[in-house]
Amino acid sequence: MPLDPSFVGHSYPRSEIYEVGRQKIREFADAIGDDHPMYRDPAAARAGGYGDVIAPPTFATILFGKYSLQSLVDDPKLGLNYERLVHGDMTFEYARPVNAGDRLTVVTTIAQIDSRMGNDFLNIRADIDTADGERVVTASAQLVIRAEDE
Amino acid sequence: MTAVGDELPQLDVRVRRADLVRYAGASLDFNPIHWNEKLAGDVGLPGVIAHGMLTMALAGRLVTNWLDDPGALVSYGARFTRPVVVPNDDIGALVELTGKVREIRDDGTARVDITAKFEGKTVLGKAIAVVRLKA
Repeated sequence: MPLDPSFVGHSYPRSEIYEVGRQKIREFADAIGDDHPMYRDPAAARAGGYGDVIAPPTFATILFGKYSLQSLVDDPKLGLNYERLVHGDMTFEYARPVNAGDRLTVVTTIAQIDSRMGNDFLNIRADIDTADGERVVTASAQLVIRAEDE
Repeated sequence: MTAVGDELPQLDVRVRRADLVRYAGASLDFNPIHWNEKLAGDVGLPGVIAHGMLTMALAGRLVTNWLDDPGALVSYGARFTRPVVVPNDDIGALVELTGKVREIRDDGTARVDITAKFEGKTVLGKAIAVVRLKA
């Protein structure tokens, strides 16, 4: 069943606060095989002008999955079929890199819904701000819900 | 001095099943198509596939390796156009990453276009990073 286009413009309530930890950044950097010292060594990050270690550019995918995707999957009225969901694209716009010690929240908005050839295309935006309201990064993604096999 | 047409040093990365498990844990993306052969097959995939966001992260390394400051990204985006199938062996899947400076802008930023290939075919579309150049 196609997604209801009246969800366009709908935002989900602001997430809980996610506290970015040095060890989580290191774990993520290890998982992508990146040994850059600014992801690991506070002194190296400070020498680069940052307050603490910074996170790799795609780190915000953690918040996108944990809050944005989860909000959609948990919304019974939207009726998203997670098993048929694939990730179409992702774009991050950075005000600054994520830092260890950041207290981040996520507001997720459904930007667009299209249906073509039985597939649904869901464009969503995650505004990731500090708890004090400073914009850090915006993640925009297209999710594709593939047509059921006949 | 960065110039249009500059090529970034190529980065080749082998992705093995263990890397997918590690990335699943770090990214909290536990979708079974990234570790379970049977479930991947059930949804019509040719096998266990890498997370698109892992491929995007590897392509990001190409750019941040080239920059002194990995925090100098202004924007970074990609489409996931083809899956990277990761076999259950010690060899894994080879992802080959190249990039080129496409444009230098008046505001001190540059656009880098990235090509990510697996088995000779591109797996990311419109993979573009905009970076702040050092003054």
